[in-house]
Amino acid sequence: MSTTAADASARLRETFGVEAVVDGALVTVAVPREQWLPLGSFAMRELGCRYFNWLSAIDWKEEGLEVVCRVENLDAGLVLTMRTRLGPGETCCASLTGLYRGADWMERECYDMFGIRFEGHPDLRRILLSEDWEGHPLRKDYAVDTPFAPYR
Amino acid sequence: MEVKPPIPQIPPPVWTEFKDLQEWEKYHQERATDDKTSDALAAIADTIHHMPGGWIVTTTTEKIFNWARKSSIWPVTFGLACCAIEMMATFASRFDVERFGMVPWASPRHSDLMIVSGTVTIKMAPMLKRIYDQMPDPKWVVSMGSCANSGGPFRHGYHVVKGVDRVVPVDVYVPGCPPTPDSLMYGLLKLQDQVAEFQKTGTRPTASDSK
Repeated sequence: MSTTAADASARLRETFGVEAVVDGALVTVAVPREQWLPLGSFAMRELGCRYFNWLSAIDWKEEGLEVVCRVENLDAGLVLTMRTRLGPGETCCASLTGLYRGADWMERECYDMFGIRFEGHPDLRRILLSEDWEGHPLRKDYAVDTPFAPYR
Repeated sequence: MEVKPPIPQIPPPVWTEFKDLQEWEKYHQERATDDKTSDALAAIADTIHHMPGGWIVTTTTEKIFNWARKSSIWPVTFGLACCAIEMMATFASRFDVERFGMVPWASPRHSDLMIVSGTVTIKMAPMLKRIYDQMPDPKWVVSMGSCANSGGPFRHGYHVVKGVDRVVPVDVYVPGCPPTPDSLMYGLLKLQDQVAEFQKTGTRPTASDSK
């Protein structure tokens, strides 16, 4: 299995029909929301990216949320960054926990901070903030002076 | 290409409620109202105070007690953030607050002073309150550094308590980010002056008064 960056880019193009951005060993690919789980599965099985590095999200305000995830093939030195736009007002995304055990807590944190509901996650609770917290503080529309009696 | 994700085989988490801690808090809240001994002792002291010449006894013993209190203030080791490094330096041999009788003690049950050194997050505030409640009376609090005073540089964060005086009553505020050991030592000496004037009568300020 050849997994250079250029080869990975070509295989991603023929499988998903999207153009990947290659920068050295760093491959960045953006897919529609429906292809998030197939892309994760393809990255793990076909490209051999078995190391789950991190998962986070970006709030683009009116354009909605974007989920960003980085997986790596440590043997070949291939780094794949996967991105997907959820669309305006959308908070649902497929969960990668079935593929990567490491995605469990990262998706919980993402739910905690951005309110993205990962479908198929076995245990989607808040992980950093307390259970009675209201709102998701890393969203752009979260007001930091939201009352939290008696501390704020 | 047909891609099927495997079914996740992650066991559900075992989440146990902290029943014992809740019961502990309930017990201590009830005990505060059931405390008959302190009132009886205060009544005896009041009787002695109002006897002819009795005030000499009470005021003198109060001075002796206050001297003893201020000469052996034991701070509970409660380091929260980078201020704790400066606090440790203050406790260590170069600055050596042990010559003022201050021994950093690793138990709130034996301590008189809590130095809140660092940022208090909203998640940490209940634990801070619990440690404060575990300390025996009389007890004092030094708020060390900008974060504990007002939230400091993290004041506009979503998770920071804007001043530890919203959680526990504070006696001395030490400014600085972080305060040098000299500043903290000055604050501790100010606290000693405050302890020398300590009166058992009257009400101590509570967290709700400081708003």
